[in-house]
Amino acid sequence: MARMGRLAGGGSKVARAARTLVVRRRERWPHAAGTDPRPGRWQVVTVAGRPEEVLPRGRWPEPLRRLYGAVELYARPAPGGRGTELAARLLGNAPGLRGMVAHLVGDDPGRFIRQALREAKQLAETGEVLRADCSRWDRPGVPG
Amino acid sequence: MRALCWEGANAVAVREVPDPELRNAHDIIVRVRRSATCGADLPLLAGRIPYLAAGDVLGHEFLGDVVEVGPEVRRHRVADRVVVCAGIACGACWFCRQGLFACCDNGTTGASAAESAWGQPTGGCYGHPGPLGGFAGSHAEYVRVPYADVGAFAVPEEVSDDRAVFASDAAPTGWLGAELGEVRPGDVVAVWGAGAVGQLTAGAALLRGADRVVVVDDHDDRLRMVEQHVGAEPLNYRFVDVLAELRERSGGRGPDVCVEAVGMAAEPPGLLAGRLGGGAERSLALREAVHACRKAGTVVVLGTWTGVVDTFPLGAVMQKGLTVRSARQHGQRWIPMLLDRMARDELRTEHLATHRLPLERAADGYALFRERADGCVRAVFSP
Repeated sequence: MARMGRLAGGGSKVARAARTLVVRRRERWPHAAGTDPRPGRWQVVTVAGRPEEVLPRGRWPEPLRRLYGAVELYARPAPGGRGTELAARLLGNAPGLRGMVAHLVGDDPGRFIRQALREAKQLAETGEVLRADCSRWDRPGVPG
Repeated sequence: MRALCWEGANAVAVREVPDPELRNAHDIIVRVRRSATCGADLPLLAGRIPYLAAGDVLGHEFLGDVVEVGPEVRRHRVADRVVVCAGIACGACWFCRQGLFACCDNGTTGASAAESAWGQPTGGCYGHPGPLGGFAGSHAEYVRVPYADVGAFAVPEEVSDDRAVFASDAAPTGWLGAELGEVRPGDVVAVWGAGAVGQLTAGAALLRGADRVVVVDDHDDRLRMVEQHVGAEPLNYRFVDVLAELRERSGGRGPDVCVEAVGMAAEPPGLLAGRLGGGAERSLALREAVHACRKAGTVVVLGTWTGVVDTFPLGAVMQKGLTVRSARQHGQRWIPMLLDRMARDELRTEHLATHRLPLERAADGYALFRERADGCVRAVFSP
């Protein structure tokens, strides 16, 4: 199985070890040997389309692009022609999120990253992120 | 605009709500001509489905005229008369590409809650809260239709509104039942539930060549419809031993395919437990279907279920080598074919609309439908 490879910013020893591990054990998402300092589990979605379509020229899709530097991202072909498996998790060596990224991720990073992956998948597959109907509270001036 | 809003357990009322607007490039806005009640609404109505909020608009089975079109819509124009699949699906994800539209990855706005409830998000449905869609329902003057090129279908001129409205949900669900059961010529098929879906499942089984189709219910008016409009055999469980009767009518083997088209009860099994979200359902119809089915036969669960079921006879499933299948309808796959059959008069559904009412009387329509009063099979509203 071909591999697109790791796309995250940051080149820690852990990340390099993970990259090596992917080459040897392609069936699993990378993790460091021994004690893994990164508590975050990989969040994964399968996106219709080939890896080069999902990540053209290795460019991160929205809204994941906003998390560059805070998460690591992997893509690889899904088995059975199902498209591309796109995986993300918080960088383990990040000392603590700051600024806008911290604000975006909030206190449940796994949930936030999963939502970002879902939106990236929707954008790749349908060209848009499905929006809920407006509620009566969304429109000022409309009687409730 | 005017719309039927849920206001609390078993309380609905027509209220003024904001008009829908185009929110995505693939949306259309439809002016509703007909919108039907459905058994799947009853647990919603009773307040049994989490996330439903006061003010949410109900209804998912509808047709109407296109009045507004998003910039990326290619198949529809203003003034087209369309029937809209009750299920919302993107048409682009892997599941949609397999024809499994009800399993769409991109059809709801409440994927996280759906994952918590069922493991993965599924396709959406109008008039259901976030995990099942998050889109306003069709008991309204106007409805926003996402992914319109995938889920809306032009209605042939010769098909009336009263017939075509059931191509939105009941007819594809019935077709699904026969397809999941892989009904083939010579089969004996039993269907539990003589509502619209049960009747259309029986009709689909006959169209696929079943030798005999028996429909089980206890409402005489519905069973008469089964005989008169579908051509299937009625069986009233109040007066006969269903298992013995089905054994006798299938040469002692048991029906090849047994379809449960009843679904979860409107009211929870234990009122307090149900209100607290912990009550398990007990499906007598499903248990009976499992017991009746011939060895190595297929049991199809077609009724709407959202939670857990207790006292399911897994032993009979295992010992008899049964196949149990279930799904929500993949209407996008079958609606054009069903409309063709409707146009050729092979598929007639208008008798199911036993009560035609203006939208303003929708609360009365639901009361009739919930109680099955006055022979009500489906109440159909016209805004």
